[in-house]
Amino acid sequence: MQNTVPRLDILNETIRNVYYHVPIWFAMIFMLTVSFINSLRTLSSADLQHDTHACNAALTGIFFSIPGMLTGAFWAKFTWGTWWTFQDPKLNGVAVSLLIYMAYFILRSSVEDEIKKARISAVYNIFAYVMMMIFIMIMPRLTDSLHPGNGGNPAFGKYDLDNQMRTVFYPAVIGWVLFSWWIYRLINRISVLQKQLDE
Amino acid sequence: MNKIKLVALLSLLTALAPLQAQTAAPAMADQFRADGKIYVVITVLALIFLALVVFLTIIERRVAKIEKHLHQGSDKK
Repeated sequence: MQNTVPRLDILNETIRNVYYHVPIWFAMIFMLTVSFINSLRTLSSADLQHDTHACNAALTGIFFSIPGMLTGAFWAKFTWGTWWTFQDPKLNGVAVSLLIYMAYFILRSSVEDEIKKARISAVYNIFAYVMMMIFIMIMPRLTDSLHPGNGGNPAFGKYDLDNQMRTVFYPAVIGWVLFSWWIYRLINRISVLQKQLDE
Repeated sequence: MNKIKLVALLSLLTALAPLQAQTAAPAMADQFRADGKIYVVITVLALIFLALVVFLTIIERRVAKIEKHLHQGSDKK
């Protein structure tokens, strides 16, 4: 099997980073969605277990943003010519979203009462998720962005992703999403054990 | 006769082409841009791998902590 990628200026072989950099961000968005759903369930059922799941999913999601940012910065250095640019709305959006989620973890650690903590952090998490979606999915499409698929056009248009690349890209996305799910379940099991120990 | 001249010219040009390429491109001395920047992709892979190792180490430590607590608990009994 032979996999060829489009020959493009500036990008050159780094177009293959699409297989690694992008699915990692997909995994982050997937995990934050899991966190969001668990926060909704916390509010509707008042079950503290959902709150723990929401926190663990957010943790896994934010973990995935770290290699996402590092690989993005490295890729940018050799294509856009800079590690980080404030000209790109997606980069700014990611930076702000990360700060929002950092505040989520700080908020959690600052409330003593378990039930109150679950309620407050669930409400905060729902807002955080909506803000994250606005910052990284909507805002970059309203203005010009260095990221392909932004600036008016939907992502993965026919000009952005070659058909042969799709055969690698989509399985990679599924793989990373499942990988993030695996890590999330692992942390959940640790949380259960920790809770049993504390009692 | 013309053919020979043409072949001679072409071979001369192809022989000179690499020399010209060397002088034309402003050669920046960084390996990451070599071979169509493939090393950038390799670094990206390495970064992801490192991040996973770090995360696994964190999980490993948390499990170890729980195990330690469990052993202490069984000692007391």
